[in-house]
Amino acid sequence: MMTVLVPLVVLVPLASAAFALAVPGHRKLQQGITLFSLTAVLALSGTLMWLVDAHGTLVMEVGGWAAPFGIALVVDRVSALMLVVSSVVLLGVFVFSIGQGLADGDEDTPVSIYYPTYLVLGAGVFNAFIAGDLFNLYVGFEILLVSSYVLITLGGTAQRIRAGVTYVIVSLVSSVLFLATIGLIYGATGSVNMAQLTVRIAELPSEVQLLLNLALLIAFGIKAAVFPLSFWLPDSYPTAPAPVTAVFAGLLTKVGVYAIIRSQTLLFPQSSVDTLLMVVAGLTLIVGILGAVSQLDIKRLLSFTLISHIGYMIFGIGMANAAGFAATIYYIAHHIIVQTTLFLAVGLIERQGGTTSLAGLGGLLRAAPVIAVLFFIPMLNLGGIPPFSGFIGKLGLFTVAAEIATPEAYWLIGIGALVSLLTLYALARAWVLAFWRPKKRAEAEARSLKSPTTETLILREREEALLERLQDAPGATPNQEKKEIPRLMFAATAGMVAVSIALTIFAGPLYAYAARAGQDMAAPGEMVQLVLGDTPGSLGGGSGDTRPGEDTR
Amino acid sequence: MTMPLVLVAVMVVLYACGVYLMLDRTLTRLLLGFLLVGNATNLLIFLMSGSFGAAPIGGGPAEGMSDPLPQAFILTAIVITFGVSAFLLALIYRSWRLAQDMDDRVQDDEADLELATTEALTTDEVTDEDLAEAPEFSDDDDDESPQQDPDPHPAAHDAPPAARDAADAAPHHDTKSRSSAAAREGETQ
Repeated sequence: MMTVLVPLVVLVPLASAAFALAVPGHRKLQQGITLFSLTAVLALSGTLMWLVDAHGTLVMEVGGWAAPFGIALVVDRVSALMLVVSSVVLLGVFVFSIGQGLADGDEDTPVSIYYPTYLVLGAGVFNAFIAGDLFNLYVGFEILLVSSYVLITLGGTAQRIRAGVTYVIVSLVSSVLFLATIGLIYGATGSVNMAQLTVRIAELPSEVQLLLNLALLIAFGIKAAVFPLSFWLPDSYPTAPAPVTAVFAGLLTKVGVYAIIRSQTLLFPQSSVDTLLMVVAGLTLIVGILGAVSQLDIKRLLSFTLISHIGYMIFGIGMANAAGFAATIYYIAHHIIVQTTLFLAVGLIERQGGTTSLAGLGGLLRAAPVIAVLFFIPMLNLGGIPPFSGFIGKLGLFTVAAEIATPEAYWLIGIGALVSLLTLYALARAWVLAFWRPKKRAEAEARSLKSPTTETLILREREEALLERLQDAPGATPNQEKKEIPRLMFAATAGMVAVSIALTIFAGPLYAYAARAGQDMAAPGEMVQLVLGDTPGSLGGGSGDTRPGEDTR
Repeated sequence: MTMPLVLVAVMVVLYACGVYLMLDRTLTRLLLGFLLVGNATNLLIFLMSGSFGAAPIGGGPAEGMSDPLPQAFILTAIVITFGVSAFLLALIYRSWRLAQDMDDRVQDDEADLELATTEALTTDEVTDEDLAEAPEFSDDDDDESPQQDPDPHPAAHDAPPAARDAADAAPHHDTKSRSSAAAREGETQ
């Protein structure tokens, strides 16, 4: 009965996006619609989380078609938690962006499309989280990707177009690879329903399993920004407007991680790539954080810490047991919130200091003590300082690794601890330079660093002349002058900091919930039974009689 | 069942050409490559459907029918590819407008190049000096007093703020610009 609620988390934002698009120019109305929709989704996902935890997994068969034939929407404990966390993030960032006046045209954003696109992005994320079959997951990915293409190139300035090109093309490659893999999986098994695939993929030869698994892993790895496939991220994220970067950093890579979790637990529990995952996790951790240490720009620095911390999640998946999944799930929830909060705080810094380059920032502690605190708390949290949720998540991962006690696990404990330290170093360096350094020194440094060459001066003049001609390019230079910071932006950031602290305070119940979710993931049999009906093995379904492997005709 | 060899060959050729084109830096070729790869993938899904028979709409015996599901996938994929191509075209056009004297290539990330050519990280030097001074907060406020300027390149002050902003993501402190500092100063003044 309660399954009616499941599709609403996608339908509400999509319908609101349509309404918001229908009233261009009425900014207040658009904001109202968006606020209503995101609040409704938050309430819905909260209800779903409670229902799922109390009564077990919810399965909705869209249009009443039975599971292997129709589209199944599945909400289990993991997806419910992801829904709640992502709707919190979407709501928080939305409030921040109202505060910033992103959509009021005084900046580099076209008035009427920001809110609808934002809602569609939300719908795509939610759809990916509740997808019960691979193709629906693909559609969810496409919805969120296409709206992210629009958001990352908002305003169409030179920098954003450059970043957008990289982002769009890399995402396209991953999408095509994903689609081709879906085709191959369908060819091998005759189904795309994940529950049915659990049964059918197990029957395939192990080499075929490995091939399909690796293809999916590469496709999802690009989206999740796992090490050898992560280079697009710090190129493209930092140029977008602050709220957009915040929501991308929080959600988009985590959708990729979520897809990796699903494929590893549900589709390929037998085909073990755990060692590979562990190696990749270690490399992601190390390479990401070394990138962060060497950056001068806070946004780029944070993008690199984002990549690095994806490594922790892959580490948890690589351990492939219930406790490992539990720690990963808790870590994902923690990281979504904290990374978003940090990017929002950087948005405040950019407003206050006029730049995000550490070369040009200084003396902010006196000028804006509130921002200093708002950056400091999530910084300690991300670095894993004890009372905070970052510490709890890492402790969970390390405990499980110590229980497994394989050489890789011990290596990763070491790397993880080192990366935690380096994260703290990189962020603390940024904090000290931006907040503690006397202002004048910073200015002097900035000038000596920034003395431009004649060629670049000429190039810039040419670019400016060009931009003047391009009348449709509002605010072609990035927002650099100092502006008043609206209270709402502080409130939104403070709210997100409060949520991250709440993750710490309620760590007990939340971790217990994650542990239950991890058990579900490690033993997917119950969910398979729910989706497929009583007898999962014997249900023919799909097009079992038209499998290309069988020589029936 | 037999897989039609012609379709397989077409798919292979489409994939090969598409991947080749996508390896190019020219954006228009990238788009063409993406279209080819997208169509190759559609063909792959079609081949994977396994059975080729009567149309699945309109009744008749179920045994002779094609599998409708992959065709639904392909339809969805075509629609998505169409939308994305439209967006890509707009993006390419915009990119080309913004860089008229160049061609439509993928631009490098300036901050990356900057970092790659930097000899040593200048911030580390900054950090040490500043940490020593940091707790004082003595000259923290933004008064307009004439500053004793350690900056050896006064030319940079004259640059309009907008011009400096453009390079903000990529502060120019690579070895090349440093070594040619003197020459530059003469030119800019």
